[in-house]
Amino acid sequence: MLKVLNLEAGYGPLRVLKGISLHVSPGEVVAVIGANGAGKTTLLKTIAGILKARSGEVEFDKRKIHGDPAERIVRQGCCLVPEGRHIFSTLTVRENLVLGAFCRRRTDNGASLNQSLEQVYELFGILRERSRQLAGTLSGGQQQMLAIGRALMSKPRLLMMDEPSLGVAPLVVKDIYKTIVNLKRSGLTILLVEQNARAALAVADRGYVIETGQIVLQGTARQLCDSPEVQRAYLGKEYRTIDED
Amino acid sequence: MGQPIPYNPKCEMIARDELEQLQIERLQSTLNRVYRSVAFYRTAFDAHKVNLERIKDLRALRELPFTTKQDLQKSYPYDMFAVPLRDIVRIHTTSGTTGQPIVVGYTHNDLRSWRECAARLLTAAGVTEHDVVQIALHYSLFADGFGFHQGAERVGASVIPASLATSVAKQIIIMRDFKTTVLISTPSHALNIVASLDEVQVHRERLHLRLGLFGGERWSDPLRRQVEEQLRIISTDTYGPTEVMGPGVAGECHLHQGLHLNEDHFIVELIDPKTAEPVGAGEEGELVLTTITKEGFPLVRYQTGDITRISPDPCPCGRTFVRMARVMGRTDDLILFQGVGFFPSQIEEVLAGIDSISPFFQIVLDQDRGVETIEIRVEISDKIPFLDEVKTIETLRLQVAKRIKTVLDVEPKVTLVEPKSLRALDPPGRVIDRRPG
Repeated sequence: MLKVLNLEAGYGPLRVLKGISLHVSPGEVVAVIGANGAGKTTLLKTIAGILKARSGEVEFDKRKIHGDPAERIVRQGCCLVPEGRHIFSTLTVRENLVLGAFCRRRTDNGASLNQSLEQVYELFGILRERSRQLAGTLSGGQQQMLAIGRALMSKPRLLMMDEPSLGVAPLVVKDIYKTIVNLKRSGLTILLVEQNARAALAVADRGYVIETGQIVLQGTARQLCDSPEVQRAYLGKEYRTIDED
Repeated sequence: MGQPIPYNPKCEMIARDELEQLQIERLQSTLNRVYRSVAFYRTAFDAHKVNLERIKDLRALRELPFTTKQDLQKSYPYDMFAVPLRDIVRIHTTSGTTGQPIVVGYTHNDLRSWRECAARLLTAAGVTEHDVVQIALHYSLFADGFGFHQGAERVGASVIPASLATSVAKQIIIMRDFKTTVLISTPSHALNIVASLDEVQVHRERLHLRLGLFGGERWSDPLRRQVEEQLRIISTDTYGPTEVMGPGVAGECHLHQGLHLNEDHFIVELIDPKTAEPVGAGEEGELVLTTITKEGFPLVRYQTGDITRISPDPCPCGRTFVRMARVMGRTDDLILFQGVGFFPSQIEEVLAGIDSISPFFQIVLDQDRGVETIEIRVEISDKIPFLDEVKTIETLRLQVAKRIKTVLDVEPKVTLVEPKSLRALDPPGRVIDRRPG
């Protein structure tokens, strides 16, 4: 569904991505893990068209999308939940969600909009309860749910998430990841970028490890969890799995 | 009956464009890793002024330097490992008959991929959970026995690690009593079994054998037919040098039209061994393999020394991986004898240390009732005038045989010949191979 080949990007003289290649197949949850500053956020921003690629290709549904403006990429069905939520704190929860359907304003009618809203409320009950509340008054976890809900309003086929567990209470991280599992079950394809490797690999099918703008390891989530390198660098020393195979 | 299903259809029947994406992703991460963690590759890439960021497609692989068997021997024991030793969970070595053995380390994930690759080729050969698999291969240090063993367990078969430690007679008794359905061995060992059936007075009818998986030495179509007819089995050819992984690199499917090479784990190139340039489609060349999933012992552009052909046409079985022909020869003068390789130069070295014989010799390889035999003809030195006593000659003969045993692991038949009778031989005439095929 998504194919990235030799992607290079950066900021000014700074080269952040030094030739990244990865792919996401339909229905898969793929995690990109790596330390702070490895290039994870840059990667998602470049795929989403927020940042211009210096070279390389991004193919979404067999169509080249690198160089396309961000809004066209969203309309194609590839939507980003940015790091740090970036919700509109002075608007209500409902208004935030409706804005997420911005790209559908010409094609879809009110009924289908309401249906989407209903689906988001179904997924996150708390957002229904707080629908008239200002988004800025929500807790960190609720804001994250709102950001995900808002992205879902664009009816994406590929959802890209940047650090969904960042700045969220550990208990709420569990909730958010439960949601990701549910979204996966509903058939949504997800590309996930995380520092919280343990949480990400627990839901992912496959993963890539990114270090200083290059992929150094890739494999199934299971393989990555079993890699001593990943265990030492990202999962914590005490990490052990009892292998049943 | 429908088409048999591959062990992992998602991988083995992958569309070529998807495979290409997978290969480039895995190649790039492998290269980034070996450059960071293997001194040999860092030095080699720097010396060739390789910029890894320029490796943007599979063709760019050609910019990278080759890795040779000598490179691996020089790195004895651990210099080629790409992970710290604490991450290695298994160590195998090559026989080391041709010099320093090559030591290969496997991580937990390497063992997992290996198991899967071996399971794929066993499944392709027709092995199922209903089979009783007897593995008559060396287990000590070598990778072959273990590779098939793990794969067969993964498939769910009942595995008998018969190894080669047991005599052929006992091998046959096990085969009869345990109702073995699949034999895994070298082709010559299979012939050995055929030849010994009468001796142990076991009729073929008493055996349950239906399949044979063979590898580890060169064999030919006539030999294959002989094994198939006499054991009444369907045989399958397998390929997998230890340094690359072990059994599981490639294997035939039930159609027997070449060995499917597991391209999601290895990138294949075929080069002219003289020019190192890629050969044209369908031409013979030296097989060069790059591992793209191995963590412990990754290889970049490894020259296997094996001559083969590659067919990229899709196989009617549905697998999309390219197929290699059975190994047709070697780029060097390596001789494979009873599954172990050696160079004539090694015999030369051994003989050089013995007085009363000249450095001229001849190697004669043959087959006797299916068993590979070797005879070394050695010229007696003309500088020793009184070498006419039978006892002296016999002592000399035994001394030579013993020395050669240190190389070959078996005592060859040694024939002493008249002085000056062998010295006119060119190097090609030094080896006579009468083995069929």
